[in-house]
Amino acid sequence: MHPAPSVIFFTTFSGMGFGLLFWLGIDTTAPTGWIAFVFFAIAYAMAVGGLLASTFHLGRPERAIKAFSQWRSSWLSREGICAVVTLLVLAFYGAGLVFFDAQWSVLGWLGALGALGTVFTTSMIYAQLKTVPRWKHWTTPALFLFLSLGGGALLSGNVKFALPLLIIAGALQAFAWFHGDGRFAASGTTMATATGLGHIGKVRAFEPPHTGTNYLMREFIHVVGRKHAMQLRIIALILGFVVPVGLLLINAGHWTGLLAVVSHIAGVLTLRWLFFAQAEHVVGLYYGQR
Amino acid sequence: MTTLPPPSAKKLGLVIDLDTCVGCHACVVSCKGWNTENYGAPLSDQNAYSGAASGTFLNRVHSYEVQPPVLKDKPAAPAQLIHFPKSCLHCEDAPCVTVCPTGASYKRAEDGIVLVNEKDCIGCGLCAWACPYGARELDAKEGVMKKCTLCVDRIYNENLPEEDRQPACVRTCPAGARHFGDLGDETSDVSILVAERGGFDLMPEQGTKPVNKYLPPRPKDVEPEYDILAPYLEPIAQDGKGFVGWLDKALSAMPGGAK
Repeated sequence: MHPAPSVIFFTTFSGMGFGLLFWLGIDTTAPTGWIAFVFFAIAYAMAVGGLLASTFHLGRPERAIKAFSQWRSSWLSREGICAVVTLLVLAFYGAGLVFFDAQWSVLGWLGALGALGTVFTTSMIYAQLKTVPRWKHWTTPALFLFLSLGGGALLSGNVKFALPLLIIAGALQAFAWFHGDGRFAASGTTMATATGLGHIGKVRAFEPPHTGTNYLMREFIHVVGRKHAMQLRIIALILGFVVPVGLLLINAGHWTGLLAVVSHIAGVLTLRWLFFAQAEHVVGLYYGQR
Repeated sequence: MTTLPPPSAKKLGLVIDLDTCVGCHACVVSCKGWNTENYGAPLSDQNAYSGAASGTFLNRVHSYEVQPPVLKDKPAAPAQLIHFPKSCLHCEDAPCVTVCPTGASYKRAEDGIVLVNEKDCIGCGLCAWACPYGARELDAKEGVMKKCTLCVDRIYNENLPEEDRQPACVRTCPAGARHFGDLGDETSDVSILVAERGGFDLMPEQGTKPVNKYLPPRPKDVEPEYDILAPYLEPIAQDGKGFVGWLDKALSAMPGGAK
């Protein structure tokens, strides 16, 4: 799959933003006043910024409002609704903390639940696709949720939860990579089933339907990026999990915390890039490529 | 609404004969011609006259080489070249429809045709991600998703003569490799064709239940083992008479002459 920067930024930053909102929502000793304002500003900048980035890859962004209508069948529609409801609910909760020094915990818990729902619905946009066997697996939603919770805990300075969650997310990512490598072959979709010609013999793409490229090849066939996959996986694991966990264990101060956050974001951007670049769509089989 | 309607009794679709298709791409051209001028946004091209040409097509013809395996002591049969037209299969369980967030993608309850309402399409591309066949292409100029309409603006069009009320690709195919009809009706010509020729689904394991069917290439003839040129290579005069007979004998009598 083509790793579009807008979608990588969207999933990375809105994931962390909603993770931070989750922890702010359930925090019994939530900050108030200016400190609360800074926390909520960061969370909203990330969550809303990510959502806005995702509209950049739309062909007709001016009609985006219509995407709220098909919640009955579409995970993308559910995600949009979940995100807007969550952001509205937590805006009232945040206003209580910032301006009135009051914690309306019911709103906080509702918002926290909505934040998790938003991350889950985002992940299901990918996990539902049978055409991309690497994504169609329980590890996709599990990974999105643990990365969001771990990253959010890290941002909110909640070291007690950030440590175990980041370790789980890292282990889950390693397992998802390892298991995902065999899923295209395990899906049973091959050039033989794609063309229905397997009963005659070995099928080879002889001539593409066109002299140039096309939308399908640009969107679904991405070969170059996989060349350095192993190195990038190691870099993502080190930046995303080993460095932040190490820094938090040494010293959980403000400056090491900031360094841990920056390193974690760099790591998640790398693994999210791989999430797209390494995912193979079955349509590539018609072109003899993946 | 992007939830799928209950399966319709009428299932309009195509039957494509891989035995007959000669790979001329006439269906590709006629499809682009009709659909760029009629239903919905035109099918745009980018850099059409440069080395990096690209454009939107609703129907494309791939070509595959299929190499039969070596059987026991026999050498492998020659490879076959099979031309393979591919467009929307108008699936019964169309995954492209249910993922649509806006309701732009829908499957018609009356005849099963899968269409895009371009006024509602936001161009998110998720339906193209969900389609295993590459049947949908986002138009780079219009920013909306384009797909085969089964020429819905021809097949019911009473302004056209009767014989033109079929998809442009079917109407134009010079080899008769494309057939249009109701695959929900077991007695229709296309259903009989599928039953008699062993029509099959593409990627059945994806669970999309395509309406369009493909007919396999017929088995190749097996040549009997004799040399068809042999009769012509026999010496013309076995026991020559007259001048030729004398010449034969005279030349054979010379030193080193053939006996």
